[in-house]
Order: sequence, then structure tokens, then C-alpha cells
Amino acid sequence: MLTNKVFIKKTKMGGVMKIVREHYLRDDINCGSQACTHNCDSDGKEPLEEIPISDSKLVMKPHYLVPDTNVVLHQIDILEDPSIKNVIILQIVLDEIRHRSAPIYKRVKDILASSHKHFYTYCNEFNMHTYAERQPGESANDRNDRAIRKAVAWYADHLKDTEIEVVLITNDAGNRKQSVLDGLKAYTIHEYVRSLSNMSLIDRLANPLNQMNQDNNGKVLFAEHLGLAEIQKGIRAGRFLQGTLLISRENYLEAFVSVKDQEKMIFVQGLQNLNRAVNDDNVALEMLPDSEWSCPSSMVLAEDEGKDEEDEENRALNETVVDNKVPKELRQPTARIVGIIKRNWRQYCGILQPSIIKERTRHLFIPAEKRIPKIRIETRQAQTLASKRIIVAIDSWPRNSRYPLGHFVRCLGEIGDKDTENEVLLLEHDVPHQNFSEAVLSFLPKMPWTITEDDVKRRRDLRHLDICSVDPPGCTDIDDALHCRELDNGNYEVGVHIADVSHFIRPGNALDQEAANRGTTVYLTDKRIDMVPDLLSSNLCSLRSKVYRFAFSVLWEITPTADIVKTDFTKSIIDSKASLTYAEAQLKIDDPNAHDNLTKSLRGLNKLAKILKKKRLDNGALSLASTEVRFYVDSETNDPIDVKTKELMDTNSMVEEFMLLANISVAEKILYEFPDNALLRRHPAPPPSNFDPLIKAAQSKGFTIDVSSGKALADSLDQAVVPENPYFNTMLRIMTTRCMMQAVYFSSGMLQPQDYLHYGLATPIYTHFTSPIRRYSDIIAHRLLAVCIGADASYPELLDKSKIQSLCNNLNFRHKMAQYAGRASVNLHTHLFFKKRIQDEEGHVLFVRKNALQVLIPKYGLEGTVFLNDDGQKSSSIFVYDEENNTQTAGDVTIHVFDPLIVQLSIDRSNVQHMKLSLKLVKPMIPGFSVQSVREVQANATGSQSKTSTTDLPISGKPPQKKKKRTH
Amino acid sequence: MAGMELLSDQGFRMDGRKPNELRRIRFKKGVFRQADGSAYLEQGNTKVLAAVYGPHEIRGSRGKALHDKLLINCQYSMATFSTQDRKRRPRGDRKAQEMTSHLKQTFDAVVLTELYPKVQLDIFVEVLQSDGGNYCASVNAATLALMDAGIPMKDYVIACSGSHMRDTPIVDMNHLEESSGGAEVIMAILPRCDQIVFLEMNSRLHEDHLSGVMDHVMVGCKDIFNILNQQVQDELCQKTELDKIVTTG
Ligand SMILES: [Zn+2]
Repeated sequence: MLTNKVFIKKTKMGGVMKIVREHYLRDDINCGSQACTHNCDSDGKEPLEEIPISDSKLVMKPHYLVPDTNVVLHQIDILEDPSIKNVIILQIVLDEIRHRSAPIYKRVKDILASSHKHFYTYCNEFNMHTYAERQPGESANDRNDRAIRKAVAWYADHLKDTEIEVVLITNDAGNRKQSVLDGLKAYTIHEYVRSLSNMSLIDRLANPLNQMNQDNNGKVLFAEHLGLAEIQKGIRAGRFLQGTLLISRENYLEAFVSVKDQEKMIFVQGLQNLNRAVNDDNVALEMLPDSEWSCPSSMVLAEDEGKDEEDEENRALNETVVDNKVPKELRQPTARIVGIIKRNWRQYCGILQPSIIKERTRHLFIPAEKRIPKIRIETRQAQTLASKRIIVAIDSWPRNSRYPLGHFVRCLGEIGDKDTENEVLLLEHDVPHQNFSEAVLSFLPKMPWTITEDDVKRRRDLRHLDICSVDPPGCTDIDDALHCRELDNGNYEVGVHIADVSHFIRPGNALDQEAANRGTTVYLTDKRIDMVPDLLSSNLCSLRSKVYRFAFSVLWEITPTADIVKTDFTKSIIDSKASLTYAEAQLKIDDPNAHDNLTKSLRGLNKLAKILKKKRLDNGALSLASTEVRFYVDSETNDPIDVKTKELMDTNSMVEEFMLLANISVAEKILYEFPDNALLRRHPAPPPSNFDPLIKAAQSKGFTIDVSSGKALADSLDQAVVPENPYFNTMLRIMTTRCMMQAVYFSSGMLQPQDYLHYGLATPIYTHFTSPIRRYSDIIAHRLLAVCIGADASYPELLDKSKIQSLCNNLNFRHKMAQYAGRASVNLHTHLFFKKRIQDEEGHVLFVRKNALQVLIPKYGLEGTVFLNDDGQKSSSIFVYDEENNTQTAGDVTIHVFDPLIVQLSIDRSNVQHMKLSLKLVKPMIPGFSVQSVREVQANATGSQSKTSTTDLPISGKPPQKKKKRTH
Repeated sequence: MAGMELLSDQGFRMDGRKPNELRRIRFKKGVFRQADGSAYLEQGNTKVLAAVYGPHEIRGSRGKALHDKLLINCQYSMATFSTQDRKRRPRGDRKAQEMTSHLKQTFDAVVLTELYPKVQLDIFVEVLQSDGGNYCASVNAATLALMDAGIPMKDYVIACSGSHMRDTPIVDMNHLEESSGGAEVIMAILPRCDQIVFLEMNSRLHEDHLSGVMDHVMVGCKDIFNILNQQVQDELCQKTELDKIVTTG
């Protein structure tokens, strides 16, 4: 049976177009129920249980639920609960969710794929009995509601010979009324959830407040939001602007909006003008008249937590900071928000604000992210949640409410607990870290995995070669292995073999989508959040020794002077002879008695790597320093007991050198074949002004830094050495790192070739190929290269330059977030480490700021700030800042950049959600500012025998932190 | 936001078909009295009219005549109203020329041209409404028109398109599916001799998938053949019945 769908579509040009699409209706669509008494052709897909057990006092009989679109969109937390089972998601509902919210769509898909949930998608739109043609004068929404009712009626009729009832769940009163008229069962989600024995679900219902109490005496606090149609009209007419809201970290009543195609950000200030927009929302703006323009106030509004909430509500309106005493020259383009184009709400971590009245169920939630407003929620478990980190979702923000309304989602755990805090930092950095869903896991190869004859035919067999891998100790996701052998003509054959991840992850399936979304494996100090499931990352893809593995190999013929004669790419099978650590590989190379093939191979690699490195540095590549911290962790409690900075060996740079070479070779190849859609990585040259702090700092020690080119910079850094301060040069390099731009992925078709440059590596072109287990960018590079050599198929998204670019944008975001999360994790461990101790350490001044010293502590690779006018101290005016010479002077003591100091480290716990490492100056001694050293305190305190605050704990043979991270 | 889902998790295409299902086919032969043979054919929303004139004397310069076989002259065009954005120039653009030459190539291979030396046969195809598979519908319609004109052919020539989506081969693509950017395989075959007379592929498709897609397109062609042949036979029977009545009556 056939019908035509006719609809009117607006084109981009503003014209109107009538579109006719065929729509085939059929009668062979499976109901998905095991109880079915008709002969539905099931294809083995019958997730709905034969006898669903009812837990509801409202519907005592066994039943299936059919939620409407809004219920799924808003109550996904309820649907995800394990106790909610046997739900029919109609195709029409799924389609609408897909268009309205990508994250919720993904969550629904995950539920649908989970076998314990018994959810089923029913294609009501293709069934001739349930298709509802839109009637003249009927709105799209009414039509959809009718289609949903029709499907429910069909199910009720289809299952009439069974015990099972079908219940429509909708919060739309009209829809419910009509359903009852049609003789169907229909309830609101609230009615239904309250009828369940699982009471804890009630807390997680979205928006109960909104309907129940129109509180605040109905007083309206905010202007109405304009409708979407009006906004679009305004934008087209140029009256409104559209952009993404970024609330200031310092002041939650100030924000900037980045408007598309406009460089300058637009400023928004005050509760009224922000008009219920939340950070990250896509908003419509109306410019204010010039006379009302303002600028960010440096005044920081501290959230005072002690006050009663009602009080605060009354204060709400007075809080707006509108006084145009802003001097004209400081004023910035300022606007107010007139409407919300798209909300970008997510779930937020935080704590409950302590409430004076214990029994009340309405509470305020304080998010950890300072840019998010407090959220009003309703919960009966306030007492148990008081000392916990919890997650809350926003449901709505009505005009009469000072705060957005939300609901409790789940509890993470005790504040300060390491696992809880880890989870918080993952959530706050938007790192996807849930267990892989069943849908994702279903695309893993079936075990036991074997290499078939067909595989052997398609791959070059390199199992005879003496290949080995060299990694940090404890590494389980080995993505690279190498070999080197001498050829008869005196040249070398060098091979870099990379895990063939793209063999296992096929484009477009759930596994691929998950990996693409995660973008990267995230390394925390005590935890690894994998990009791909463990079976791949630690087993099938990991190039472990003594097992046959698939690899994507780059093979070069290289002369003894490290010139490349020939490059070859192939899919291969390898048999790694050994998984070495950097130290083990170093030992083999240095052992004069070792002459086995593996050692020879390593020595060859090492020799060539040194020449390659020299060439690269001569070319102007920078060798910069960053401080990487490693924790020694107590093996029992996993609490950190000591911190050390990492050291590098010869073999580190040996591996690195060949990875760089492989990446460059692959970049050249894929760009040649795909000039428009190659995924590359660029590192723009920093604008000269970026170097000003570096130049100034070096000058203070009498050195000139030439930043005219990468080469000049590298050379002048090499020359800047102070013999009496061996740390000086490292500090300069750390500073140089800070001047650099971010390296980013991009699609080659989006930029001009001269912009492909990788400044840090001094190479005109670069990509990532060598770590496909932990970076999605590398998987794309693999796929492109595979297409180049005819080893694999391409697919439309791979050849589309803008699709590649939008993929790159996500990868760049994920990498940045992974980096931040990694740093936050180091901070967390630092805090745990110093939680029980106060310690004096040697430090160096990295930067001198107006009110603070930035201090580097080499022993731990830590950086911290010594505030010079801390309000706790009464010494705010002791220091005099000399901007010219970049110094701070107090009395006869002057502090310069690079000066050595002694600082005291401790933890500042004044804010429960944000513990901070606090640094206090011990030496040089400045009366009224410096604190006594730990030893002196101890000595003074009656010379007691007990060490109340230790300086050094004995460390005995604890395992070092297992962490793998390379920057190439 | 989220793009289209060309093949859903439930295994349905956007228009409700399963991957191996054809669109609805309807046709009518002999719709045009002036022509020697004609046919109107619908494949889903793609609607095509084909008309055949000849064989007749060579028109225009005599130099074009082939001394040992029939000269087939094809012309493919699209009505100005056939697509959503109305076409400015219905004929003679690059695409139409390409299509014309593809059609010529196809019918050169199937018409018994050696039976008509030094004369000409015109095949005109006009796409009235375009919703994907224009070439396929044109070939199928022209085959019917040639039969209507009584031109001797080796076999029916039937065309069908196909692609590969989410690891599943699909056949008979509509416009939406064609414009999704995936590879498209277009094939014309002689269904009863399993012979391929035309094969075209746009965009890259890995060789591993090619044979799978080709197999399905082949099956698609045969399904189309069965539908066309069934109706042609039925009509033939009806006509002979009618003739019988006329002659005996
Ligand atoms: Zn059934």
C-alpha cells in the first residue's frame, strides 16, 4: 500500500517548496511481544516480555507502557531506571527525539539496545493500520498525538486475547482526555510513578514543582521569551543577534555571547538581561542603546551560603548590577537576551545547600561549576544527601522563579572521597565515561578470535621480523611496535607497526560512533577511561608480544645517514618478539654482551633516531619542557604517598622519533590522495606578542631570545644557560610552552596549504597515525591511508571535507577536555597528598604578577600561586609592584623572576567543593608576611617527639603510577 | 542537527521499504498514436514517457547512415517541471547529453541492428517527474516502447540501481537516497541471458562490497522484469482473446 507524504519546506533562499515523498505502508510489522497470539514475523526480535510483572497500584494487570515524545524527552532519567521495563517506543516518538535532542536520542538508543530493559521500537509510521494521515486544518502536533493514540489502540486490539494492557503515558491533558474517550488507558508519568512501590523514583521526576506551585505569589521576575518564529524574523531583519552564551567564571551575573561571523563578543550583564539563559545556551540578543552599555565589573560576587534561601529570593531583584557610572571609554557593546533558541542543559554535579529547616523537601542545589546558577529541586532525602556530591538536571526556568527548577538524578558519593571526586571531574569536563552500552559491545569481534586464511591472503606476513614494542612500564594498550634490519645494499629497513584498529571498528556502527564521540582515551592519575572497549584496547588491538596481531605498517628504506629512499604502507600480520619498557630497551642497547637480533634492531633504531632528531632540531623544531607529575601510590589504599616528576631516557626519544616520521609520511600520503578531506594536525606559529613575557624574563638575566623563527628561538633557548641555576633553562622552556598556540586537527580542504604548518615540530605537514587505540583522529588517518592503498573501502562521510572538519572540532574539544581533566586529576591527587601534611619546599618564581607570584616546585613539578595581598593577612600593602622590571619589593627584599624561594604547601579547605593548594612564603623572610618553616614550628612546639606535620615520609618500593602518555 | 537515517535500526528505509524492495511500478504501453511505439512508466515518483519512431530513412545528413546496421538515435530530456527546483534548460545540458549517450549504448547492445542497415530508429525519452533512478526508468520505459513498436530485440533490457548502506545492499534508490552521497551502482541487464549491457558506478565503493551490491541489483532487475513481463503477457493474452472474438465473431 502506498501513500504520498506531501509537505511544504522552506528553502535556504527563503522560498517555499512543495516536497512530495513516497511513503509505503505495510502490514508485516512485528508487534515485538512474546505474548503475541497473531503470527507476527518477529525476526527473533521480541523484547517485550510475555508476562510483564506489574509493580503499579494504578495498573494492576501486566502491561506495556507507551510514552509520548515529551515524556521520553523530559523523564529519560525515569525510563533509564532498571525497574522500568517493557516499554514501547513508537517510531514517531523516536524520530521526534532525534530531531530535538541528540544526547537524549543516544540514551534512548542505548536503552533500546539493552537486553534487560525490554524496550521495543514499533514502526507505527510504516504500518497501514497505525499510519495517521494529517487532516486538513490539523496541526503537526495534533496529528502526532493522534498517531500515538492510534498505535496504542492498535496494540490494545492486537493483544486483546492476552492478559496484557497497553498504557499511554502522556502529560498532555488534551491527549489524555481524548484517549479516555477512545477507550484507552492513559496516565501522566507522575501518576504512574507515584503508583510504583519504588519510592525513590519520585525524586527523579522532572518538574513536579512547575505544575504544583506557581509560587512567589505569582510574581513575575523575568520578561517573557520570544517565540522561535519571532526570533527568526528578528534575526533576519537584523534586530536580533544569535550566539552562544558564556557566563564569566568570576561573576555569574555577567556573560559574553560569541556571535557567529563576528569577532567581538557581546556583553550581557545582570539577572534581568540574562533572562534565565544558562551557560552554553544558544540565545537571541537585542542590543541595548549605547547609553546603557557597560563593562565587566571586576567585583566578584561571592555566593554567601549561610543566608536563608527565602531571603535570597527577595533579594533577587536588587542584585542586578545596573548603574551606568561606567566610564565611556570602558563601555562595551552590551545586549539583553530576548529569547532562547536552544537550551544546552546537561546534568550538573554539586552539593545541596544546607537548609535551616530540615524537614522541608524543597532545596537549593549548588553546582560545582561556578557558571551555573543554583537549582531548586525537591527531595525527601535531604538529610542523607547533605554530605554527598549529587547530580541534578534542570527541567525548566519559569518566569516567576529566581532559580531554575530541576530534579535529583543520582548520588555520586561522599564529598572528598577519591572515587566521588574522580567522577565529578569526569562529569565536569564532559568526559564520556559510562560503561560501554550493549549496542556498542555487540560490534566487538566474537571470541575466540582467530586469523582466517582470507586475512592472511590480504595482508603482508611480517611475522618473521624481529619486531618489538617499547613503552612505559605497565602499559597494556600497546599501539606501536618497531623493527630495523640491515639490507644487503648497506641501507636499513625500518618498520613502524601500528595496531590495526580500523580493521575492528567499522565506519558508522555504534562502536564507531561511540569512539568518535569519546575522541580520545583519558588518562587520570589512577584511572584510564578507554576510547574503545577493553577487548580491543588491551587485547585484540594491543601489539603484545608472542601473539599474532594485525598491524598497519609503515616501512622505509633508510640510508645510514638517515635519508629516506623509499616509503611503503601495508596492512600486515606481525609477531612481536618482546614488549619492553624504556628502561629494558636501554639496558639491551647498553649491554656490550648482547648480540641477538632484537638488540641489533634496537641499536639500529637508536642510531638512526639520533640522526633524525638532530636533523629535526637543526630544522628548527622546538624541544620544550613541561612538567609531568607522577604519583607513588600506596598499593593498598591507592592514596598517593609521594609525587615525582617524570624523567626521560634515550629510548623515549628513539620511539618518539620514529612515530614522528611515520606520522609525517602518512600525512604526505593521505594529503596527496585526498587534498580536500585529509585529517591533519597543525600547530600555528604564535603571534610575536605571545613571547613578550618570555623575552622580558630572559632579559632580566641578561639573555636575548630571538623569536623571529622557530629555529632562532630553539637556538637562543639552547644558549640561555646559567651554570649556578641548572633549573633556569628548564624554566625558560616551560615559559616558552606557555607562549605556544594549541595544536589542532583540521580537514585539509578547509585551509590553505601554508596554514598546514606544524610550528613545534618544524614540519610543513603532520597528522596522527600512531595511536589509534587511544585517539580517534588516528583511526580516520588509518581509514584514509587504507583507501589510498586499496586495502579498505571509503564511505561518504570520509570523503566529505566538512564532515571531517566537524569531526575535528569534536576531537579538538575532547582533547582539550581530556587535558584539563588530566590536570584536574593531578590537582586532586596533590590535594589528597597534602591533605594530611604541611610541607616546606624549594621553589622558583615563574611569573611575577600584580598581586601574586607564580611559583614552580621542581621536586613535584607543581605550580602554585603565592598571593601577596591575601585578605587573611594584614599585609596587603607590604609589596610594591614594579611593572617595568617585573619585580615585587617589600622592604629591602626584592623578588625577581627565577628567584629561588622556600614555600610552605598546605591545603585550603575553605570551599568544600573546590579545595585549593595553598602556598605561603617561608624564605626570603619578610616580617609580617612570611610564615615560620615547619621545622621551626616543630622545634618551638616544646620539641615534641611526635611528628604532627611531616616533611618526609619514608617511601618503600611502592609501584609507580601506571600511566601512558606521549605527546607525539 | 541529526541528519537523515537512510536505513533505520529496524531495517526500514526512509520511505518504509526494506533494503531489497522495489518501488511501485506501473506502466501503460501504446499511449501515443503518432509514434510507432510508446510507453508510460512509473517507478515510484519517477515518471517517464518513451516514444519510438522508425525505422525510417536517415534524416538530416546522409553521411550518418551505417551501411551494415541500424542507426539508433536517442534523445533524453527532462521536463521543466520534473524536479523540485524548476529546470531552466530542459535539453542539451551536460547531464542530458551523458544520459543520451548511455541510452544509445544500452540499446545498441540489445536491438538487432543488423536487420535494418542504412536506416534510422529514434528513441525519445522524457522524464516527467524525477525522483531518482532516471536512467533506470528511461531504459525500462524505452524497452516497453520498442516492444510496442515491434522492433526485434535480443531480450528485454531492464535497468536498476543499488547501493550499500550500513553494511546492507539496497536496490532501486529514490532521489533522497541518491543524494546522500553514497556510492551508486547502475546496471542494465538482459534478464533472461544474465548478460550485463551497461554498468556505471559513481563515487568509490570498495571491491569487497561490489559483488554483493551487483548481485542484489541483478535480483532487482529480474524482479522488475517479472513485473513488466507478467503484465505484458497478460495484455497479450487479453488481446489474442479479443482478436479471436473479432475473427470468429
Ligand atoms: Zn503481534
